[in-house]
Amino acid sequence: MSVPNASDAERTGSSVVVESLSKAFGGVRVVDGVSFVLEPGQLLTLLGPSGSGKTTTMRMVAGLEEPTEGRILVGGEDVTRKAAHRRNIGMVFQQYALFPHLNVFQNVAYPLEMRRLPRIKIREMVTEALRLVRMSDFEMRHPRQLSGGQQQRVALARAIVFRPPVLLMDEPMGALDKRLRELMQVEIRQLQQQLGITTISVTHDQVEALVMSDLVAVMDGGRLQQIGTPADLYRRPANRFVADFVGESNILDGALASTNGETALFRSCSGLELRCRPARSDVSLSAGHSAQVVVRPESIRFVGPEGAQLEETIVRSRVLHSLYVGDMMRFRIRLESGDEMSVKSLMSAEAGRIRAGDDVSIAWRHEDCLLLP
Amino acid sequence: MNVATPAFSPIESLIRRYGLSSCLLAPPLFFLAIIFLFPLGNVIWGSFFVPDFTLVHYQRMFSEPLYTRVLWTTLRIALLTSFACVVLGYCAAYLIATVSEATRDVLMFLVIVPFFLSTLIRNYIWMALLQRTGVVNGLLIDGGLISGPLPLMYNETGVVVVMVNMLLPYTIFPIVASLMAIPRDLNAASASLGGNSLRTFLRVTLPLSLPGVFAGGLLVFIVSLGFFITPALVGGPRQMMISNLIDFNVRQVLNWPFAFALANALLIGTLALYFLYSRAVESRMPRQAIL
Repeated sequence: MSVPNASDAERTGSSVVVESLSKAFGGVRVVDGVSFVLEPGQLLTLLGPSGSGKTTTMRMVAGLEEPTEGRILVGGEDVTRKAAHRRNIGMVFQQYALFPHLNVFQNVAYPLEMRRLPRIKIREMVTEALRLVRMSDFEMRHPRQLSGGQQQRVALARAIVFRPPVLLMDEPMGALDKRLRELMQVEIRQLQQQLGITTISVTHDQVEALVMSDLVAVMDGGRLQQIGTPADLYRRPANRFVADFVGESNILDGALASTNGETALFRSCSGLELRCRPARSDVSLSAGHSAQVVVRPESIRFVGPEGAQLEETIVRSRVLHSLYVGDMMRFRIRLESGDEMSVKSLMSAEAGRIRAGDDVSIAWRHEDCLLLP
Repeated sequence: MNVATPAFSPIESLIRRYGLSSCLLAPPLFFLAIIFLFPLGNVIWGSFFVPDFTLVHYQRMFSEPLYTRVLWTTLRIALLTSFACVVLGYCAAYLIATVSEATRDVLMFLVIVPFFLSTLIRNYIWMALLQRTGVVNGLLIDGGLISGPLPLMYNETGVVVVMVNMLLPYTIFPIVASLMAIPRDLNAASASLGGNSLRTFLRVTLPLSLPGVFAGGLLVFIVSLGFFITPALVGGPRQMMISNLIDFNVRQVLNWPFAFALANALLIGTLALYFLYSRAVESRMPRQAIL
């Protein structure tokens, strides 16, 4: 399904700059020195567990919370002390916050009414917005007569109908079931790109963040842990939290044994020796330094006893249990060192034959073993 | 010989036959029937059969200018009281609904406090305040604001002021409830969509709290219609309300059939309003859709 075309005139995105933004509630810093720069038209997802400060950060951009410190610039203009209703920023709320006493048309017309636009103009703009979210047939319905997905579309139409340069979305998929969520992720992303609207979305769902975003900012404990493209975050996590939160990870603690240009030798606490690659170029590589390595479950494959290729690590291990999840097999494996790891492989005849209790050899490429500081 | 079957006491066998809850309900139902339904039937019967069937008492109620005036006075005082209670109650409710939870508890308690005093005492207090030589006139004269005492009592102003004081909580509570039921996100949503606080109030908060306004206003109106003590103590002869007229007919002129007819008129009016009230409360959402 494709979203109907929007004209170029509707490309309205502004840049958003957040400078060392902090928010304290009664002495507790829920947001602590968050900074990022968003180019016009980009979609940034604030990703983090609950209580990480992501929603508060977004509410400060919306003007619904006042920052304790820091600045917010939209399109170059400092809006830090501007009242929410003067900011011209669209927002989709977690529970959609549709007005229950107004029908779909009136809900979407609300921001235009507040801007005192003429009736004819309002009718035209609402019709267009409802067309964009494919809710044209529901104008006269009341929110309670709509499904969750339909309510979300109306909330989206209401947030973009006044052509705001910035759109904020607070857990936009939170109330939807899995199938609808996947559909809406694609649709919202398409619409956002067509309108060219700079967007900040908040979620705790890492899949949603990776699927939808140009940039993902991982937050924990009120601090920004890492900001980067989805691929960047996945392939080059800045620290253990990011590696653990974005995607699945097998993390081993240990120390750096020696370095050798591109790769390094890592010795785990359990005595395992692994070749690995620094996750990021700024990781300092001095021998003896305590460190962690990350191996993604899908980077691991099963091999025959002597099946390792060059540039691969091979470890003997035993299967603890296996899970069949349709297109995939998941395994829990104990290495000879005693460490446990998760392994994910595409469903195949060989994978299907592996049973709990089997002795197997697993292998991964040196470059898939990421060294974290 | 047969094995003896366990013997049940009469009460036990009743419980076994009809169930515990029916047995527990029976005494209060019986009591209500005696003290409420039977007299009510008497009142209805007695207004029509005196001893033969007649509608004369109902005709009198609407044809005699004195009595129609009492009906109008009753309606007017009840309307004024409800209107004032809704306006004042809304202000108080809005404050209560927006403050912190601890402050809210204190304010709610303050709203309830007057109920701890008997209605009669409260009326006497108001008489002390409002009479010619009362506290209010005294202060105004001492302050040099007026030269002679204002007529604050034995007129409609006095009756309405005191009735509003008595009935204000009946509007505050439902309005607080409907204000608190409005999701907080809606205010934030309105702000993000460009609504300043006044327009947010007019377009979102007020319409969504109307069920509480309606419920509270109707409740006060219903209670006002049957008010007795305040018009009797604070009002003058021209503030006679329907309850006072009933009392007058029962105790002074002993025209019981006419008193019955008046009581029935009040009952029917109240029931009709109560029906409206319950409809308004039940159909909360559709009503909002219409508004």
